[in-house]
Amino acid sequence: MIALGSFLAGMLGSLTGLGGGVVIVPLLTLVFGVDIRYAIGASLVSVIATSSGAAAAYLREGYSNMRVGMFLEIATTVGAVSGAFLAGYLHTSIIAIVFGLVLLYSAYTTTQTLADPPAGMAPDRIATMLRLDGTYPTDDGLKSYHVRNVPIGFGLMYVAGVLSGLLGIGSGAVKVLAMDQAMKIPFKVSTTTSNFMIGVTAAASAGIYLRRGYIDPGLAMPVMLGVLAGALVGAKILPGAKVRTLRIVFGVVIAALAVEMIYQGVRGKL
Amino acid sequence: MADGERDAAAGGKVDDKSVELFLGRLLRWGVLLAAVVVFVGGVWFVAESSDVPQNYRTFRGEPAELRALPQIVDQAIALRPLGLIQLGLLLLIATPVARVLFSVLGFALERDWIYVVITLLVLVLLIYTLTSRSGV
Repeated sequence: MIALGSFLAGMLGSLTGLGGGVVIVPLLTLVFGVDIRYAIGASLVSVIATSSGAAAAYLREGYSNMRVGMFLEIATTVGAVSGAFLAGYLHTSIIAIVFGLVLLYSAYTTTQTLADPPAGMAPDRIATMLRLDGTYPTDDGLKSYHVRNVPIGFGLMYVAGVLSGLLGIGSGAVKVLAMDQAMKIPFKVSTTTSNFMIGVTAAASAGIYLRRGYIDPGLAMPVMLGVLAGALVGAKILPGAKVRTLRIVFGVVIAALAVEMIYQGVRGKL
Repeated sequence: MADGERDAAAGGKVDDKSVELFLGRLLRWGVLLAAVVVFVGGVWFVAESSDVPQNYRTFRGEPAELRALPQIVDQAIALRPLGLIQLGLLLLIATPVARVLFSVLGFALERDWIYVVITLLVLVLLIYTLTSRSGV
């Protein structure tokens, strides 16, 4: 049952580009009644599996910007350690409420379509120093872009890391916000680079969760295998899928889960 | 394009592209290996304990032998199914760590010292979280 649910979560996650993590925790806690700490541990593991698998493909296609990824990973890993640390002290109800709020935000972003930043912007001093500017393949050949507002992006990445460590999710939505909106990186590059970073971010907090005894093999096993298989199938059928409709349906499902998470959190049931 | 000289030097030399390709393969094999180990452990675990319903409603925390690196390896070598699953999960967690390790080497071969330092910082932090005694 858990494996089947995880399979569906993984498939939806890869079809909509949100990743399976955001649905795994509500699925396990609300539907299967699993303690939120076990759920977060299992979710983290599945996040590493899907993001590493997808990153392998994106690296080959040349979309991800490795330097941007590596540089921002300092912020996300430090954030992830802070988040995992916080998770040990916060009451599970508070974690559930924060989770619900992040879910609501993710639901909102699925309905938004982001436009690429305008071309021909001036280079940024810090970005030039760190050699962050890059190129990516388009239909008209390689296109170059400049990276902007590095400090703001770095700060937002720390927040993304904290949320990832606290909630056991990839926080792709916050990462894309930092890179698209603040740093003006083209959409295709920001999503793939965000994905590239998620594995490392999740590994930082997964190490801590493992040592705390939050990662249960009996639970993590079906979740990880289910999400991974679902993500693979999702990637296979993606070219023919009606992504627009799916995103809206998924957005509504996530919003409903978010409200339920917040409600249960307020009642202190999680 | 600005990176012309780097691309021209690609024949046989190390550049961003070849590092990316290598890291991509590393990630794919890491995840695959981890999934196989978890799957084998999982099948075994289900075969042995199908009559014992698991309870995840109340949080107890894992026993010490399924928490720390050396103990997990011991359990897996002793061929305990849960130990095997946990070893697979460890391999999975180690995959991005290995990716960072090889990025350090890649940047060093490219003589990009700023990025060697940046990547080393991330690597040290990751290794600390995996090996620190208290789980922070």
